[in-house]
Amino acid sequence: MTVQKVREILEKNGRLSTSVTDLANDSDLYNAGLTSLATVGLMLALEDEFNIEIPDSMLGRKTFSSIQSIVDVVEQLTQKA
Amino acid sequence: MEHTNQAGISKELFEKLLEEVHKIGEEVMRPNARDVDANARFPQESIDAIKKLKLIGAYIPTELGGLGLNITQLARVCEALGQYCGSTAMIFAMHQIQVACAVNHGLSNEHFKNYLMKVASDSRLLASATTEMGIGGDLRQSICAVEQNGDSFTLTKNAPVISYGKQADDLFVTSRRTPDSPANDQVHVVVSKEDYELEPSMAWDTMGFRGTCSEGFLVKSKGHIKQIIPAPFADILSQSMHPTSHILWGSLWLGIATDSVNMARAFVRDMMKKNPNAPQTAALRLAEVHSVLQLMRENVHGCAEHYQQLLSENNVEALDTFSFSVKINNLKIASSSLIIDIVSRSLLICGIAGYRNDTKYSLSRHLRDAYGASLMVNNDRIMNHNATLLHMHRGE
Repeated sequence: MTVQKVREILEKNGRLSTSVTDLANDSDLYNAGLTSLATVGLMLALEDEFNIEIPDSMLGRKTFSSIQSIVDVVEQLTQKA
Repeated sequence: MEHTNQAGISKELFEKLLEEVHKIGEEVMRPNARDVDANARFPQESIDAIKKLKLIGAYIPTELGGLGLNITQLARVCEALGQYCGSTAMIFAMHQIQVACAVNHGLSNEHFKNYLMKVASDSRLLASATTEMGIGGDLRQSICAVEQNGDSFTLTKNAPVISYGKQADDLFVTSRRTPDSPANDQVHVVVSKEDYELEPSMAWDTMGFRGTCSEGFLVKSKGHIKQIIPAPFADILSQSMHPTSHILWGSLWLGIATDSVNMARAFVRDMMKKNPNAPQTAALRLAEVHSVLQLMRENVHGCAEHYQQLLSENNVEALDTFSFSVKINNLKIASSSLIIDIVSRSLLICGIAGYRNDTKYSLSRHLRDAYGASLMVNNDRIMNHNATLLHMHRGE
Protein backbone atom coordinates (compact mmCIF):
# COMPACT_ATOMS: atom_id res chain seq x y z
CA MET A 1 0.00 0.00 0.00
CA THR A 2 2.73 2.39 1.01
CA VAL A 3 4.46 1.87 -2.32
CA GLN A 4 1.39 2.95 -4.26
CA LYS A 5 0.91 6.08 -2.18
CA VAL A 6 4.62 6.96 -2.41
CA ARG A 7 4.40 6.57 -6.17
CA GLU A 8 1.40 8.92 -6.33
CA ILE A 9 3.14 11.53 -4.19
CA LEU A 10 6.28 11.23 -6.25
CA GLU A 11 4.32 11.68 -9.48
CA LYS A 12 2.77 14.87 -8.10
CA ASN A 13 5.80 16.38 -6.39
CA GLY A 14 8.94 14.84 -7.85
CA ARG A 15 9.09 16.95 -11.03
CA LEU A 16 10.90 14.03 -12.65
CA SER A 17 11.90 13.88 -16.26
CA THR A 18 10.29 10.42 -16.59
CA SER A 19 6.86 9.21 -15.56
CA VAL A 20 6.84 7.36 -12.25
CA THR A 21 5.07 4.42 -13.87
CA ASP A 22 8.22 3.85 -15.94
CA LEU A 23 10.37 3.59 -12.82
CA ALA A 24 11.16 0.43 -10.89
CA ASN A 25 11.12 0.60 -7.11
CA ASP A 26 14.91 0.59 -7.07
CA SER A 27 15.48 3.06 -9.93
CA ASP A 28 17.73 5.96 -9.06
CA LEU A 29 15.49 9.00 -8.64
CA TYR A 30 18.34 11.48 -9.03
CA ASN A 31 19.12 9.97 -12.41
CA ALA A 32 15.42 10.39 -13.17
CA GLY A 33 15.80 14.11 -12.56
CA LEU A 34 14.98 14.59 -8.87
CA THR A 35 16.45 17.93 -7.74
CA SER A 36 17.07 19.13 -4.20
CA LEU A 37 14.28 21.68 -4.52
CA ALA A 38 11.84 18.98 -5.64
CA THR A 39 13.01 16.88 -2.70
CA VAL A 40 11.69 19.58 -0.37
CA GLY A 41 8.19 19.36 -1.88
CA LEU A 42 8.36 15.59 -1.84
CA MET A 43 9.36 15.51 1.81
CA LEU A 44 6.59 17.91 2.86
CA ALA A 45 3.99 15.90 0.94
CA LEU A 46 5.19 12.61 2.46
CA GLU A 47 5.04 14.05 5.96
CA ASP A 48 1.51 15.33 5.34
CA GLU A 49 0.20 12.17 3.77
CA PHE A 50 1.61 9.74 6.30
CA ASN A 51 1.45 12.08 9.27
CA ILE A 52 5.10 11.58 10.11
CA GLU A 53 8.10 13.77 10.84
CA ILE A 54 11.28 12.58 9.18
CA PRO A 55 14.13 13.21 11.65
CA ASP A 56 17.36 15.01 10.66
CA SER A 57 19.29 11.75 10.88
CA MET A 58 17.18 10.33 8.03
CA LEU A 59 17.07 13.47 5.94
CA GLY A 60 19.79 12.78 3.45
CA ARG A 61 20.42 12.04 -0.18
CA LYS A 62 20.08 8.27 0.32
CA THR A 63 16.54 8.49 1.75
CA PHE A 64 15.23 10.01 -1.46
CA SER A 65 17.39 7.99 -3.84
CA SER A 66 14.70 5.44 -4.80
CA ILE A 67 11.03 4.63 -4.28
CA GLN A 68 12.10 1.68 -2.14
CA SER A 69 14.30 3.79 0.13
CA ILE A 70 11.44 6.26 0.65
CA VAL A 71 9.05 3.41 1.42
CA ASP A 72 11.53 1.96 3.93
CA VAL A 73 11.78 5.25 5.79
CA VAL A 74 8.02 5.85 5.74
CA GLU A 75 7.31 2.32 7.04
CA GLN A 76 9.89 2.62 9.73
CA LEU A 77 8.32 5.88 10.93
CA THR A 78 4.69 4.82 10.68
CA GLN A 79 5.40 1.63 12.62
CA LYS A 80 6.87 3.74 15.39
CA ALA A 81 3.80 5.94 15.60
CA MET B 1 33.76 4.18 3.06
CA GLU B 2 36.79 2.06 2.55
CA HIS B 3 39.23 3.64 4.89
CA THR B 4 39.07 6.59 7.20
CA ASN B 5 42.65 7.02 8.35
CA GLN B 6 41.76 8.99 11.46
CA ALA B 7 44.21 7.69 14.06
CA GLY B 8 46.69 10.30 12.93
CA ILE B 9 50.21 10.56 14.32
CA SER B 10 51.24 11.23 17.91
CA LYS B 11 51.07 14.75 19.27
CA GLU B 12 54.86 14.88 19.67
CA LEU B 13 55.55 13.79 16.11
CA PHE B 14 52.94 16.18 14.79
CA GLU B 15 54.35 19.15 16.73
CA LYS B 16 57.76 18.36 15.29
CA LEU B 17 56.33 18.21 11.78
CA LEU B 18 54.51 21.49 12.29
CA GLU B 19 57.80 23.10 13.35
CA GLU B 20 59.35 21.91 10.10
CA VAL B 21 56.41 23.34 8.18
CA HIS B 22 56.89 26.74 9.84
CA LYS B 23 60.59 26.52 9.07
CA ILE B 24 60.04 26.09 5.32
CA GLY B 25 57.40 28.79 5.61
CA GLU B 26 59.93 31.29 6.94
CA GLU B 27 62.88 30.14 4.85
CA VAL B 28 61.29 29.32 1.50
CA MET B 29 57.64 30.31 1.20
CA ARG B 30 57.55 33.83 2.62
CA PRO B 31 60.66 35.02 0.73
CA ASN B 32 59.13 33.84 -2.56
CA ALA B 33 55.49 34.72 -1.96
CA ARG B 34 55.74 38.23 -3.33
CA ASP B 35 57.41 37.15 -6.56
CA VAL B 36 54.94 34.28 -7.02
CA ASP B 37 52.11 36.79 -6.63
CA ALA B 38 53.61 39.53 -8.78
CA ASN B 39 54.35 37.20 -11.69
CA ALA B 40 51.41 34.80 -11.24
CA ARG B 41 53.92 31.98 -11.35
CA PHE B 42 53.83 28.49 -9.87
CA PRO B 43 55.56 28.43 -6.45
CA GLN B 44 58.02 25.73 -7.51
CA GLU B 45 60.53 26.20 -4.67
CA SER B 46 57.75 26.05 -2.04
CA ILE B 47 56.25 22.90 -3.53
CA ASP B 48 59.75 21.37 -3.69
CA ALA B 49 60.21 22.16 0.01
CA ILE B 50 56.83 20.55 0.74
CA LYS B 51 57.91 17.46 -1.18
CA LYS B 52 61.14 17.27 0.83
CA LEU B 53 59.08 17.04 4.01
CA LYS B 54 57.10 14.18 2.39
CA LEU B 55 53.97 16.29 2.82
CA ILE B 56 52.59 15.31 -0.58
CA GLY B 57 51.68 12.01 1.09
CA ALA B 58 50.56 13.67 4.33
CA TYR B 59 47.08 12.08 4.32
CA ILE B 60 48.15 8.73 2.89
CA PRO B 61 48.26 5.93 5.50
CA THR B 62 51.75 5.09 6.80
CA GLU B 63 51.48 1.48 5.60
CA LEU B 64 51.35 2.88 2.06
CA GLY B 65 54.35 5.13 2.64
CA GLY B 66 52.48 8.30 3.58
CA LEU B 67 52.75 10.36 6.76
CA GLY B 68 49.39 9.15 8.07
CA LEU B 69 48.00 12.46 9.32
CA ASN B 70 44.31 12.62 10.20
CA ILE B 71 42.01 15.34 8.90
CA THR B 72 42.49 17.79 11.79
CA GLN B 73 46.28 17.43 11.55
CA LEU B 74 46.10 17.96 7.80
CA ALA B 75 43.97 21.05 8.38
CA ARG B 76 46.58 22.44 10.79
CA VAL B 77 49.26 22.01 8.14
CA CYS B 78 47.11 24.02 5.68
CA GLU B 79 46.61 26.67 8.34
CA ALA B 80 50.38 26.89 8.89
CA LEU B 81 51.14 27.08 5.15
CA GLY B 82 48.50 29.80 4.71
CA GLN B 83 50.51 32.05 6.99
CA TYR B 84 53.32 32.25 4.44
CA CYS B 85 51.94 31.96 0.91
CA GLY B 86 48.23 31.68 0.11
CA SER B 87 48.83 30.20 -3.34
CA THR B 88 51.14 27.46 -2.08
CA ALA B 89 48.70 26.62 0.70
CA MET B 90 45.83 26.50 -1.79
CA ILE B 91 47.74 24.18 -4.13
CA PHE B 92 48.59 21.94 -1.18
CA ALA B 93 44.97 21.90 -0.02
CA MET B 94 43.58 21.12 -3.47
CA HIS B 95 46.06 18.27 -3.86
CA GLN B 96 45.07 16.81 -0.48
CA ILE B 97 41.35 17.00 -1.30
CA GLN B 98 41.95 14.59 -4.20
CA VAL B 99 44.17 12.39 -2.03
CA ALA B 100 41.32 12.20 0.50
CA CYS B 101 38.89 11.08 -2.23
CA ALA B 102 41.23 8.27 -3.28
CA VAL B 103 42.06 7.24 0.31
CA ASN B 104 38.45 7.23 1.50
CA HIS B 105 36.91 5.59 -1.54
CA GLY B 106 39.60 3.67 -3.38
CA LEU B 107 41.50 1.62 -0.87
CA SER B 108 39.58 -1.65 -1.17
CA ASN B 109 40.94 -1.77 -4.66
CA GLU B 110 44.45 -3.02 -5.45
CA HIS B 111 44.96 -0.48 -8.21
CA PHE B 112 44.30 2.51 -5.97
CA LYS B 113 46.38 1.05 -3.18
CA ASN B 114 49.36 0.87 -5.55
CA TYR B 115 48.50 4.24 -6.97
CA LEU B 116 48.54 5.93 -3.56
CA MET B 117 51.86 4.24 -2.75
CA LYS B 118 53.24 5.81 -5.91
CA VAL B 119 51.80 9.22 -5.02
CA ALA B 120 53.60 9.03 -1.65
CA SER B 121 56.91 7.60 -2.89
CA ASP B 122 57.21 9.81 -6.00
CA SER B 123 55.50 12.88 -4.50
CA ARG B 124 53.06 13.08 -7.38
CA LEU B 125 51.04 16.29 -7.43
CA LEU B 126 47.30 15.77 -7.99
CA ALA B 127 45.02 18.34 -9.58
CA SER B 128 41.32 18.26 -10.32
CA ALA B 129 39.14 19.00 -13.32
CA THR B 130 35.64 19.36 -11.90
CA THR B 131 34.09 22.46 -13.43
CA GLU B 132 33.15 22.23 -17.09
CA MET B 133 32.46 24.64 -19.90
CA GLY B 134 28.70 24.82 -20.44
CA ILE B 135 27.88 23.86 -16.86
CA GLY B 136 29.90 26.18 -14.69
CA GLY B 137 30.44 25.44 -11.06
CA ASP B 138 27.79 22.77 -10.49
CA LEU B 139 29.92 19.80 -9.50
CA ARG B 140 26.99 17.41 -9.69
CA GLN B 141 26.61 17.64 -13.44
CA SER B 142 28.87 16.68 -16.30
CA ILE B 143 28.64 16.92 -20.05
CA CYS B 144 31.76 14.88 -20.82
CA ALA B 145 31.54 11.10 -20.59
CA VAL B 146 33.82 8.11 -20.19
CA GLU B 147 33.92 6.30 -23.53
CA GLN B 148 34.82 2.73 -22.82
CA ASN B 149 36.40 0.44 -25.36
CA GLY B 150 37.21 -2.97 -23.91
CA ASP B 151 39.36 -2.39 -20.83
CA SER B 152 40.42 1.08 -21.85
CA PHE B 153 38.66 4.41 -22.09
CA THR B 154 39.02 7.87 -23.54
CA LEU B 155 37.76 11.02 -21.87
CA THR B 156 37.73 14.56 -23.23
CA LYS B 157 36.72 17.46 -21.02
CA ASN B 158 36.60 21.18 -21.64
CA ALA B 159 37.59 22.56 -18.24
CA PRO B 160 37.56 26.34 -17.75
CA VAL B 161 39.74 25.97 -14.65
CA ILE B 162 42.36 23.42 -13.72
CA SER B 163 44.52 24.78 -10.93
CA TYR B 164 48.25 24.08 -11.58
CA GLY B 165 47.11 21.91 -14.49
CA LYS B 166 50.47 22.27 -16.24
CA GLN B 167 52.46 21.31 -13.17
CA ALA B 168 50.31 18.42 -11.96
CA ASP B 169 51.30 14.76 -12.40
CA ASP B 170 47.75 13.37 -12.30
CA LEU B 171 44.30 14.77 -12.93
CA PHE B 172 41.11 13.76 -11.12
CA VAL B 173 38.33 14.33 -13.62
CA THR B 174 34.59 14.21 -12.98
CA SER B 175 32.59 12.83 -15.86
CA ARG B 176 29.38 11.02 -16.76
CA ARG B 177 29.69 7.27 -16.31
CA THR B 178 28.86 6.52 -19.98
CA PRO B 179 27.83 8.58 -23.02
CA ASP B 180 24.21 7.49 -22.30
CA SER B 181 24.22 8.43 -18.61
CA PRO B 182 22.23 11.39 -17.31
CA ALA B 183 24.23 14.49 -16.35
CA ASN B 184 24.32 13.60 -12.65
CA ASP B 185 25.37 9.95 -12.96
CA GLN B 186 29.02 10.70 -12.47
CA VAL B 187 32.31 9.00 -11.76
CA HIS B 188 35.68 10.32 -10.61
CA VAL B 189 38.46 9.28 -12.97
CA VAL B 190 42.20 9.49 -12.40
CA VAL B 191 44.39 10.10 -15.43
CA SER B 192 48.17 10.45 -15.48
CA LYS B 193 50.15 13.07 -17.33
CA GLU B 194 51.71 10.39 -19.52
CA ASP B 195 48.17 9.75 -20.81
CA TYR B 196 46.71 13.21 -21.31
CA GLU B 197 47.20 16.28 -23.40
CA LEU B 198 46.24 19.76 -22.29
CA GLU B 199 45.27 22.39 -24.83
CA PRO B 200 45.31 25.75 -23.05
CA SER B 201 42.06 27.70 -23.47
CA MET B 202 42.13 30.41 -20.82
CA ALA B 203 44.87 32.24 -18.95
CA TRP B 204 44.96 32.96 -15.20
CA ASP B 205 45.53 36.63 -14.50
CA THR B 206 43.49 37.33 -11.40
CA MET B 207 43.29 39.54 -8.35
CA GLY B 208 44.53 36.90 -5.92
CA PHE B 209 45.71 33.31 -5.55
CA ARG B 210 47.77 34.14 -8.59
CA GLY B 211 50.34 31.41 -8.03
CA THR B 212 47.75 28.63 -8.34
CA CYS B 213 48.01 29.06 -12.13
CA SER B 214 44.38 27.98 -12.54
CA GLU B 215 44.27 28.09 -16.30
CA GLY B 216 41.60 26.59 -18.54
CA PHE B 217 42.33 23.55 -20.71
CA LEU B 218 40.78 21.10 -23.09
CA VAL B 219 41.80 17.76 -21.57
CA LYS B 220 42.19 14.80 -23.89
CA SER B 221 42.92 11.69 -21.88
CA LYS B 222 42.97 7.93 -22.01
CA GLY B 223 43.45 5.16 -19.51
CA HIS B 224 42.47 1.77 -18.18
CA ILE B 225 39.00 1.39 -16.63
CA LYS B 226 40.57 0.46 -13.29
CA GLN B 227 41.51 4.15 -13.00
CA ILE B 228 37.84 4.98 -12.37
CA ILE B 229 37.23 5.23 -8.62
CA PRO B 230 34.70 2.46 -7.85
CA ALA B 231 32.36 4.58 -5.67
CA PRO B 232 29.74 6.84 -7.32
CA PHE B 233 30.91 10.45 -7.45
CA ALA B 234 27.80 11.52 -5.50
CA ASP B 235 29.12 9.56 -2.48
CA ILE B 236 32.68 10.77 -2.94
CA LEU B 237 31.42 14.35 -3.02
CA SER B 238 29.15 14.27 0.02
CA GLN B 239 31.37 12.10 2.21
CA SER B 240 34.80 13.36 1.24
CA MET B 241 35.28 16.08 -1.32
CA HIS B 242 32.73 18.57 0.01
CA PRO B 243 33.71 18.43 3.70
CA THR B 244 37.45 18.11 3.03
CA SER B 245 37.42 21.07 0.62
CA HIS B 246 35.72 23.48 2.95
CA ILE B 247 37.71 22.37 5.99
CA LEU B 248 41.07 22.65 4.22
CA TRP B 249 40.21 25.88 2.41
CA GLY B 250 38.84 27.35 5.64
CA SER B 251 42.08 26.34 7.33
CA LEU B 252 44.36 28.03 4.84
CA TRP B 253 42.16 31.14 4.82
CA LEU B 254 42.51 31.08 8.59
CA GLY B 255 46.29 31.01 8.04
CA ILE B 256 46.12 34.09 5.82
CA ALA B 257 43.90 35.87 8.36
CA THR B 258 46.25 34.89 11.17
CA ASP B 259 49.25 36.30 9.33
CA SER B 260 47.46 39.60 8.74
CA VAL B 261 46.62 39.89 12.44
CA ASN B 262 50.23 38.99 13.29
CA MET B 263 51.36 41.85 11.09
CA ALA B 264 48.87 44.21 12.71
CA ARG B 265 50.15 43.16 16.12
CA ALA B 266 53.77 43.75 15.11
CA PHE B 267 52.78 47.13 13.72
CA VAL B 268 51.07 48.18 16.94
CA ARG B 269 54.09 47.08 18.96
CA ASP B 270 56.46 48.99 16.67
CA MET B 271 54.31 52.06 17.03
CA MET B 272 54.33 51.76 20.82
CA LYS B 273 58.11 51.57 20.81
CA LYS B 274 58.43 54.63 18.62
CA ASN B 275 55.82 56.73 20.33
CA PRO B 276 54.59 55.42 23.70
CA ASN B 277 52.29 58.42 24.16
CA ALA B 278 50.40 57.98 20.88
CA PRO B 279 46.64 57.39 21.11
CA GLN B 280 45.62 53.73 21.59
CA THR B 281 43.22 53.53 18.66
CA ALA B 282 45.22 50.94 16.73
CA ALA B 283 45.63 48.81 19.85
CA LEU B 284 41.88 48.91 20.35
CA ARG B 285 41.32 47.83 16.77
CA LEU B 286 43.80 45.01 17.32
CA ALA B 287 41.79 43.84 20.32
CA GLU B 288 38.69 43.86 18.13
CA VAL B 289 40.15 41.97 15.18
CA HIS B 290 41.71 39.46 17.54
CA SER B 291 38.30 38.41 18.78
CA VAL B 292 37.03 37.98 15.22
CA LEU B 293 40.05 35.82 14.42
CA GLN B 294 39.25 33.62 17.39
CA LEU B 295 35.69 33.22 16.13
CA MET B 296 36.97 32.10 12.75
CA ARG B 297 39.55 29.77 14.25
CA GLU B 298 37.12 28.02 16.60
CA ASN B 299 34.63 27.50 13.77
CA VAL B 300 37.24 25.99 11.44
CA HIS B 301 38.74 23.79 14.16
CA GLY B 302 35.32 22.74 15.43
CA CYS B 303 34.11 21.63 12.01
CA ALA B 304 37.36 19.75 11.36
CA GLU B 305 37.01 17.91 14.66
CA HIS B 306 33.36 17.09 13.96
CA TYR B 307 34.25 15.66 10.56
CA GLN B 308 37.10 13.67 12.05
CA GLN B 309 34.72 12.24 14.64
CA LEU B 310 32.25 11.10 11.96
CA LEU B 311 35.06 9.65 9.85
CA SER B 312 36.56 7.72 12.73
CA GLU B 313 33.13 6.23 13.49
CA ASN B 314 32.78 5.55 9.74
CA ASN B 315 29.37 7.17 10.20
CA VAL B 316 28.35 7.30 6.54
CA GLU B 317 24.68 7.92 7.44
CA ALA B 318 25.54 11.12 9.30
CA LEU B 319 27.90 12.28 6.55
CA ASP B 320 25.09 11.86 4.02
CA THR B 321 22.53 13.92 5.94
CA PHE B 322 21.42 17.32 4.71
CA SER B 323 22.19 18.80 8.13
CA PHE B 324 25.88 17.87 7.78
CA SER B 325 25.96 19.49 4.31
CA VAL B 326 24.37 22.61 5.74
CA LYS B 327 26.99 22.77 8.47
CA ILE B 328 29.89 22.42 6.03
CA ASN B 329 28.33 25.04 3.75
CA ASN B 330 28.00 27.36 6.73
CA LEU B 331 31.69 26.88 7.46
CA LYS B 332 32.53 27.93 3.91
CA ILE B 333 30.27 30.99 3.97
CA ALA B 334 31.48 32.13 7.39
CA SER B 335 35.20 31.62 6.88
CA SER B 336 35.27 33.17 3.41
CA SER B 337 33.47 36.24 4.77
CA LEU B 338 35.52 36.49 7.95
CA ILE B 339 38.84 36.38 6.09
CA ILE B 340 37.88 39.59 4.25
CA ASP B 341 36.72 41.19 7.48
CA ILE B 342 39.89 40.26 9.35
CA VAL B 343 42.35 41.32 6.66
CA SER B 344 40.45 44.61 6.16
CA ARG B 345 40.59 45.36 9.88
CA SER B 346 44.31 44.52 9.91
CA LEU B 347 44.81 46.92 7.03
CA LEU B 348 43.15 49.74 8.99
CA ILE B 349 45.59 49.07 11.82
CA CYS B 350 48.70 49.03 9.62
CA GLY B 351 47.41 52.04 7.71
CA ILE B 352 49.42 53.32 4.79
CA ALA B 353 52.24 50.87 5.64
CA GLY B 354 49.80 48.05 4.96
CA TYR B 355 48.50 49.71 1.82
CA ARG B 356 51.98 50.03 0.32
CA ASN B 357 53.46 47.14 -1.59
CA ASP B 358 57.01 47.72 -0.41
CA THR B 359 56.82 47.48 3.38
CA LYS B 360 57.00 44.48 5.69
CA TYR B 361 53.43 45.32 6.69
CA SER B 362 52.06 45.15 3.16
CA LEU B 363 48.64 43.47 3.13
CA SER B 364 47.96 43.79 -0.58
CA ARG B 365 48.35 40.07 -1.34
CA HIS B 366 46.40 39.02 1.74
CA LEU B 367 43.49 41.26 0.83
CA ARG B 368 43.42 40.18 -2.81
CA ASP B 369 43.64 36.51 -1.82
CA ALA B 370 40.88 37.07 0.73
CA TYR B 371 38.39 38.19 -1.88
CA GLY B 372 38.88 34.95 -3.82
CA ALA B 373 37.56 32.89 -0.93
CA SER B 374 33.92 33.83 -1.38
CA LEU B 375 34.12 33.38 -5.15
CA MET B 376 35.74 29.96 -5.52
CA VAL B 377 32.51 27.98 -5.37
CA ASN B 378 30.46 31.16 -5.20
CA ASN B 379 28.90 31.89 -1.82
CA ASP B 380 25.61 32.80 -3.50
CA ARG B 381 25.40 29.32 -4.99
CA ILE B 382 26.11 27.77 -1.59
CA MET B 383 23.63 30.06 0.14
CA ASN B 384 20.92 29.08 -2.36
CA HIS B 385 21.70 25.48 -1.67
CA ASN B 386 21.37 25.97 2.06
CA ALA B 387 18.16 27.93 1.55
CA THR B 388 16.72 24.78 -0.04
CA LEU B 389 18.20 22.33 2.43
CA LEU B 390 17.05 24.35 5.43
CA HIS B 391 13.43 23.57 4.49
CA MET B 392 14.33 20.05 5.49
CA HIS B 393 16.19 20.89 8.68
CA ARG B 394 14.64 20.27 12.08
CA GLY B 395 16.69 22.86 13.87
CA GLU B 396 19.17 22.45 16.69
